[in-house]
Amino acid sequence: MTDSVSPGGADGESPRIPPLTPVLTANWDQPDSFTMAGYKRTGGYQALPKALAMQPDDVIATVKGAVLRGRGGAGFPTGMKWSFIPQGDGKPHYLTVNADESEPGTCKDIPLMMANPHVLIEGIVITCYAIRAGHAFIYVRGEVLHVIRRLQLAVAEAYEAGYLGKDILGTGFDLDVVVHAGAGAYICGEETALLTSLEGYRGLPRNRPPFPAVEGLYACPTVINNVESISSVPSILHEGSEWFAGLGTEKSKGYGIFSLSGHVKNPGQYEAPLGITLRELIDLAGGMLRPGHPLKFWTPGGSSTPILTHEHLDVPLDFEGVGAAGSMLGTRALQLFDDTTCALRAALRWTEFYQHESCGKCTPCREGSYWLVRTIQRLEDGTGTGEDLDKILDIGPNIIGRAFCALGDAAPVPIMSVIKYFRDEIMQHQKEGGCPFDPAASTAWAVS
Amino acid sequence: MPFAEETLTRLKADAAEITGRYPKARSALLPLLYLVQAEEGYVSTDGIRFCAQVLGITETEVRGVSTFYTMYKHEPAADFQVGVCTNTTCAIMGGDQIYAELAEHLGGPDAAEEAAHGHHDIKSADGKVGLGRLECNAACDYAPVIMVNWEFFDNQTPDSARQLVDDLRADGEGVKPTRGPGRLCTWKQANRILAGFGDGQAADGPSAGPASLVGLKLAKERGWKAPEGAK
Repeated sequence: MTDSVSPGGADGESPRIPPLTPVLTANWDQPDSFTMAGYKRTGGYQALPKALAMQPDDVIATVKGAVLRGRGGAGFPTGMKWSFIPQGDGKPHYLTVNADESEPGTCKDIPLMMANPHVLIEGIVITCYAIRAGHAFIYVRGEVLHVIRRLQLAVAEAYEAGYLGKDILGTGFDLDVVVHAGAGAYICGEETALLTSLEGYRGLPRNRPPFPAVEGLYACPTVINNVESISSVPSILHEGSEWFAGLGTEKSKGYGIFSLSGHVKNPGQYEAPLGITLRELIDLAGGMLRPGHPLKFWTPGGSSTPILTHEHLDVPLDFEGVGAAGSMLGTRALQLFDDTTCALRAALRWTEFYQHESCGKCTPCREGSYWLVRTIQRLEDGTGTGEDLDKILDIGPNIIGRAFCALGDAAPVPIMSVIKYFRDEIMQHQKEGGCPFDPAASTAWAVS
Repeated sequence: MPFAEETLTRLKADAAEITGRYPKARSALLPLLYLVQAEEGYVSTDGIRFCAQVLGITETEVRGVSTFYTMYKHEPAADFQVGVCTNTTCAIMGGDQIYAELAEHLGGPDAAEEAAHGHHDIKSADGKVGLGRLECNAACDYAPVIMVNWEFFDNQTPDSARQLVDDLRADGEGVKPTRGPGRLCTWKQANRILAGFGDGQAADGPSAGPASLVGLKLAKERGWKAPEGAK
């Protein structure tokens, strides 16, 4: 790839879109980007008066027109989700921002809220106005103290400035926002478990229907959106839905933050139109970490998305492209592993994570993840056999679709996808009586 | 030991502020548990009783919630809780080695062996530092990552981690998170922030760490910007 910009539209006359398009990340290098003053200096809070001058339904229509798809992993159209909230029903409506970012590999919302919490607050006010909610909650994972401080400060500043509270900007619209810290449970990133947790209970998922849009928080209509989805809303209102839809690919519009981690020279956050490829991103990130050690496998969007390999370097990173390659775009959490890495070790650790985080409500997930870990452990130790592989391929599909929530569906994903691409390597463990890889060779400080 | 009268008065005032944030009081249970943990360093039987009384629910209901979530401790905790991320990316980038070396450094070979599996904490002999494994803490671009009292210590090595723990055992003075305030707060203070009471340090520290800025920096160097909209 060269430094030149690539064509943006099919007709050749559209504006040329560069490979990286910082929007949400554009002010992060400013020392006061997280303050009201810093955010306003770079154009913040300009979308809000515009939105509040519109009819709420027109705000929903604008976000629908942009075809913003949920940035938390599932990709459900945000505007459509908002339109499911029944209006004139006489019940309170709620917005809950899912800021529980805990999917292994995912690390975009945390730096976003640390550096630019006001873009989230501005998005929350616009969203609540659109869905006619008077109360919003930011459910943020508890393990990120400084992010929580920044959110608390931003909310206080927004009240002070009249962007929150009573009669916002003289429009008669009232809104309260609460920063609510979770307490260390991955399951609470699942939307119904999040609601149960926010109500003050153990974070167990609920069966759907009823969907949260009808019976969510306190059995009232509730929208649950990811941090990055809500933060994208001000730019859509400010620049227009056509602008947003002019970025990205045909069915995956707009920009998104791509998070590179693992064996790459410059890991970090890269904000780009959807559809960029991993080959382009690795190139932008200065190549793989160690010369002579090529990419072996990677996750496109966190541990719940099936791994891909070097064969998939040119897959467009949009919902359709990654889906066609047999995985999911997920949260654009690109964890890269070079050929020093044991794929089975990676799968074991991810599976241990799902076992640890299973809430225990559904038997297939609780018991299945437990037995998966023990079976994979045998294989990694070199004491497993081909029968253990068959056992895994029997347990996996018996969890998927048989639990209330997506944690169960995800639990067998790492090992099943590793078996798909690295079956021979798994069996090599048995032949050698242990793992053929040296973990010291994979560390950040291993030189060659 | 039950809370002293004046402690109780102060806790009740804080609890009233917390419950006042929510349309339904029961939603306040997680922050209330942080409030009592901020008082004692862990969720004690007295802390549970306090939460139950504030919300008018049973102690069993409170205990059921407090044991579901891993951020509540059930025995007196150290001043500094050190967590090493050993989820896949951090583990492979060196988190496993860091954890193993720290476990031995703090607890000796036996503790290290015992801690090799599971999520049990190890405590230093002086009780100042607790060590445990963490699941992914959303800082994968800074792997391997350590958290101390839920502040980020990015891009660790076995040597930097040992130094960190030794500094914490000395008294923690001068220990500074890589992305966080200039002063590391204690475990109890951290829990107060989680209960929703700020410590005035929000504006301290950088907006973003170096890895958060790599894409933006590159875009600026090359003159890449998102196109302008219709406005």
